[in-house]
Amino acid sequence: MDLEGAAKLSKNVLRMKFMQRSLDPEAKKQLEEDEKKVISEEHWFLDLPELTAHENVIVMERSFVSCEDLMFGRISFKGFNPEVEKLMAATNKSENTDDDEMSKMDTDITDEDMAMRYANLVGSIKKKFAKKREHASFEDEAPSLEKQAKRTFQKPSD
Amino acid sequence: MFASFKDKIGEAVLPGDVFTLELPSPENKAKAEKLICGPGLRRDGDNVSVCKCGVLRHKPPNVFWIDSQQKRYVPVKGEAVIGIVTAKSGDIFKVDVGGSELASLSYLAFEGATKRNRPNVQVGDLVFGQFLIANKDMEPELVCIDSCGRANGMGVFGEGGLLFRVSLGLVRRLLVPQSELLAELSALFPCELVVGLNGRVWVKAASTQHTLILANLLQSAENMTAKQRQQLFRKVADGAL
Repeated sequence: MDLEGAAKLSKNVLRMKFMQRSLDPEAKKQLEEDEKKVISEEHWFLDLPELTAHENVIVMERSFVSCEDLMFGRISFKGFNPEVEKLMAATNKSENTDDDEMSKMDTDITDEDMAMRYANLVGSIKKKFAKKREHASFEDEAPSLEKQAKRTFQKPSD
Repeated sequence: MFASFKDKIGEAVLPGDVFTLELPSPENKAKAEKLICGPGLRRDGDNVSVCKCGVLRHKPPNVFWIDSQQKRYVPVKGEAVIGIVTAKSGDIFKVDVGGSELASLSYLAFEGATKRNRPNVQVGDLVFGQFLIANKDMEPELVCIDSCGRANGMGVFGEGGLLFRVSLGLVRRLLVPQSELLAELSALFPCELVVGLNGRVWVKAASTQHTLILANLLQSAENMTAKQRQQLFRKVADGAL
């Protein structure tokens, strides 16, 4: 066998982990540089002029839809296709009557209803936080319950 | 900042016309406003140049575009179009949308479609869908569902109606909010329209006669003044045709 050929190991073999110990520092450096070169050559980049300078100022929009606020292309008149008319009503409503919906939401529960509800709530919440002994005072207010509730201990007969 | 644009709003412009943007100097603390260039305008370094002939339009605050007449459709992402299914191949359909290339439409891109439950789409069917991918370097891709997976008026349609082509300008005139043309149509008789931004329009009315009237009206409305059109529509409403 040729001894000189055996002494020269290939680069790929030298890069392996178990070969690192036997490498001298200079050869190590050489290898690292080679590796860096390979990586930077593999990365692609575009050779472009300076278009990016005002990218944030000019925005391109390729569609007429957003420019002219075009509607969706399904249209039906005089109840020919009720499904499509429902769809049209839904899309049109969402576009131009946001304010109307807000006012509608307000009238859903009137101020009087709200006041009544809270007036009732005050009593029931108060009861909830009262201690056991204080419950009795609340029950006084309900006279029909009072008579049933007052029971005394009855001695059993022998 | 948009002074050069604002001088020309409503005027005809030609390809090659250049608008210059007066950008505030970097020392000036005033922040540069954004400019939105619609169809027909393209950026050329610091300037904006015109690439279609037509009328310059403006929508406040900062949107500018060219209102042009053309018949050739170029797919744009998000636009809803009418396509004709021309081939079935494996798990996609090839759909003719009038662009330079056939669009692909996955069989899973229909409402309620699963791998087991295929939608019933035949060659020759009409589909109403929107572009998911529309790129000058790639094959356009159509879907018949929105981002939530609902059909919302898209999908296969078109039994017993009539499909025809009009210019892209007429289609936009039909679809602008408070469209005069549409208001006049709505006063005639019960009917249904599907309008694709690729210039295809499908109409259907109660009888074949009415469908044909509708189609002829729309096609002739292309080159009419508002007055002529109103006269014609009144004639139809009176039952002259």
